[in-house]
Amino acid sequence: MATQWAVSVSPHVRKGTTTSQIMWTVSASLIPVMLLSIYNFGLRALFITLASVISCVVVEAISQKALGRPVSSKDGSAVLTGILMAFVIPPGVPYWLPAIGAVAAIFINKELMGGLGFNVWNPALVGRALLTASFPVYMTAAWIPSRAVSNVPIDQYVWGGLDAVSTATPLYVLRHYGFEALTQQFGSIGTIYQNFFVGFKPGCIGETSGVLILLGGLFLLLRGIITWHIPVSTIASVAVMSWIFGGNTWFSGDPLVHVLSGGVMLGAFYMATDYVTSPTVKPGQIVFGIGVGVLTVLIRLKGGYPEGVCYAILLMNCLTPALDEWFKPKRFAPPKQAPVMATK
Amino acid sequence: MAGVTFAKGGVHPAEHKELTEHLAIEEMPPPAEVALPLSMHFGAPAKAVVQKKQEVQEGDVVATVEKGLGATIHSSVTGTVKAIEPRPHPTMVRCDAIIIERDPAAPPRVYEPVDWLKLSGEQLLARVKEAGIVGLGGAGFPTHVKLSPPPTAKVDTLILNGAECEPYLTTDHRLMVEMPQKVVEGAKVLLKILGIREAVIGIELNKPDAINAMNKAAEAASGSDATIRVQGMTVKYPQGSEKQLIYALTGRSVPGGGLPFDVGVIVQNISTTLAVFEAATLNKPLYEKVVTFSGRGIKRQANLKVKVGTVLSDVVNYLGGTTPDLLKIVSGGPMMGFAISTLDVPIVKTSSGVLFLDKTETDVSPHGPCIHCGWCIEACPMGLQPKEVAIYVEAGKGHLTEKFGVFDCFECGCCAFVCPARRPLVQFARLAKMAIKRGR
Repeated sequence: MATQWAVSVSPHVRKGTTTSQIMWTVSASLIPVMLLSIYNFGLRALFITLASVISCVVVEAISQKALGRPVSSKDGSAVLTGILMAFVIPPGVPYWLPAIGAVAAIFINKELMGGLGFNVWNPALVGRALLTASFPVYMTAAWIPSRAVSNVPIDQYVWGGLDAVSTATPLYVLRHYGFEALTQQFGSIGTIYQNFFVGFKPGCIGETSGVLILLGGLFLLLRGIITWHIPVSTIASVAVMSWIFGGNTWFSGDPLVHVLSGGVMLGAFYMATDYVTSPTVKPGQIVFGIGVGVLTVLIRLKGGYPEGVCYAILLMNCLTPALDEWFKPKRFAPPKQAPVMATK
Repeated sequence: MAGVTFAKGGVHPAEHKELTEHLAIEEMPPPAEVALPLSMHFGAPAKAVVQKKQEVQEGDVVATVEKGLGATIHSSVTGTVKAIEPRPHPTMVRCDAIIIERDPAAPPRVYEPVDWLKLSGEQLLARVKEAGIVGLGGAGFPTHVKLSPPPTAKVDTLILNGAECEPYLTTDHRLMVEMPQKVVEGAKVLLKILGIREAVIGIELNKPDAINAMNKAAEAASGSDATIRVQGMTVKYPQGSEKQLIYALTGRSVPGGGLPFDVGVIVQNISTTLAVFEAATLNKPLYEKVVTFSGRGIKRQANLKVKVGTVLSDVVNYLGGTTPDLLKIVSGGPMMGFAISTLDVPIVKTSSGVLFLDKTETDVSPHGPCIHCGWCIEACPMGLQPKEVAIYVEAGKGHLTEKFGVFDCFECGCCAFVCPARRPLVQFARLAKMAIKRGR
């Protein structure tokens, strides 16, 4: 038999990065956040995250089997969804809760929409939104105080003991009791900045550490996986909006507290930048980020929830196709254009 | 030298030019038999003017094009026509070819230099046409047609394309290093044909030796009749694409559907310019050319001067054979070239390189779904949206993609090169163009 060679269409060389490399790189960039969360909330944070990852992978595999698609667990997208979904739910929820979120995130939101690349909304946030609507008590009260303050053993809450725990997130305090109550509970404003930046505060599993999310985000920026447009426009608009409207009088809010609270950092670097559900062209991405930031502060200050990042991103996800249509890339010398005789 | 480049998109594939860029051009001994496809140019196939068993001399006309676009074909060896039959073709799968068996006793034909300065522009243009010269960069557009812009066009600049932006390929590089005077002389012939005096030679900065050599030759040749200068260009693919090259060197934008002469420019490739030089100064037709044979799938890499019509298996034997890891053979560069399935294809006029890629160099893994990363949009030098076109085509709606400007797509491959899902975006664009023409 004659020797046979591969025949395929050009180009015959490829840049290295593949879809699964992107997914695994993003997942890996969250390891420091996970480690700090284990220190902050104890081993329960790790086990909830594992429950979420396993649920997502299993739900994806079952959905794909049922829908007659090839099972694509290896591409890492379900793992990343699992990690991100766990990172936006409180550490004190029951272990079965992420499984329900996974059904919403993966089966309904992703596989029924056509699989990877066809979902309208960010899967992790769909999971969180469904859990918040269905299990409001768990999702708004299952907080664990930072071990940096409580000094309990690392395995304290692994098998329960959560009923005795009572704490509130900074955003809840800020929403219901005001800025003074915040400083009473979490220390002087200097201490607040410091602890919020490092991550020693109650909150969702992976959202507390501004610095580690920032480092992870910078790593993704350097690797060329994300660009600055969405994170910067999101964070900047949260800062500006909260400065203008966040205080007792205009222009007296504390932008840093708002940026470092809740899911702003995680949302800006990891959720709003999701390729599938965010615009592809830079000007559209900036408008998208501004929309996320404005809606976040609007929900925080005027809405029924203390936190608004999740819904802000989900709402802006709906606008993604429109933003892609409005901000098309500028074509190079399209037809019927008068010849440009510029001299260089 | 500070480099210029085009504004939009572009990518930086690994160059792999180190495999051949320092290897001097080497003449391959003529093969026992050549196969000259009747289609080696843009336009309808040429018609054979020889018959089976007819004896032909090296350089004799064996096929002509009577009307429409096309180029004359000359025998690359002295010998006997053995057959006129379909043979494998690097881009057309199969095509009728004139098979000529070489007479081993015949000496190589020698061409006497002629004083081209005595010839008029029209006479030189006729020489180019008689020599069967086509654009050697890949498209094979007949050069005499390109050199005859309509009288309404106000051409003021000749651009010599020394970008050679495709990875692996080093033929133009070696020509510029080894025979810069001939290239510059060819440029002067082209200037005379066009009746202008400005020429710019664009060379990417990864070829400093070529820039040096060409600079010296250009300075020596510039005078009252011609101004020839070299412009370095920042390395970026697809710099050698006409529209990108013209923008980089002159700041002028050729509109979609337009041609370079619409903005006063004519572009010629380095190898083509050398062919013009040989046609004008030696009256020698185009029937041999320098081709890069590279990649890790062949025992020895080389820049070979080969006879047009040399069958690839003869070249492979000359270079010591292929390696066991050979995975894919590509005619042309790795970004735009065609994969070929047999070593029976001949070298044609437009062959710039043949690459023998092993599994470390090429990737044949299957493609996944689009994740809308937008990298293809960033990479597209024409500012198009390859991912949208692909999704339309996948959904059976390729005929609705004209709004995305698919006809501006020149299939450079930047989009598919960066695609993390390995999607064959160039193929989707081709299918879209076909669907639009078909209307469904």
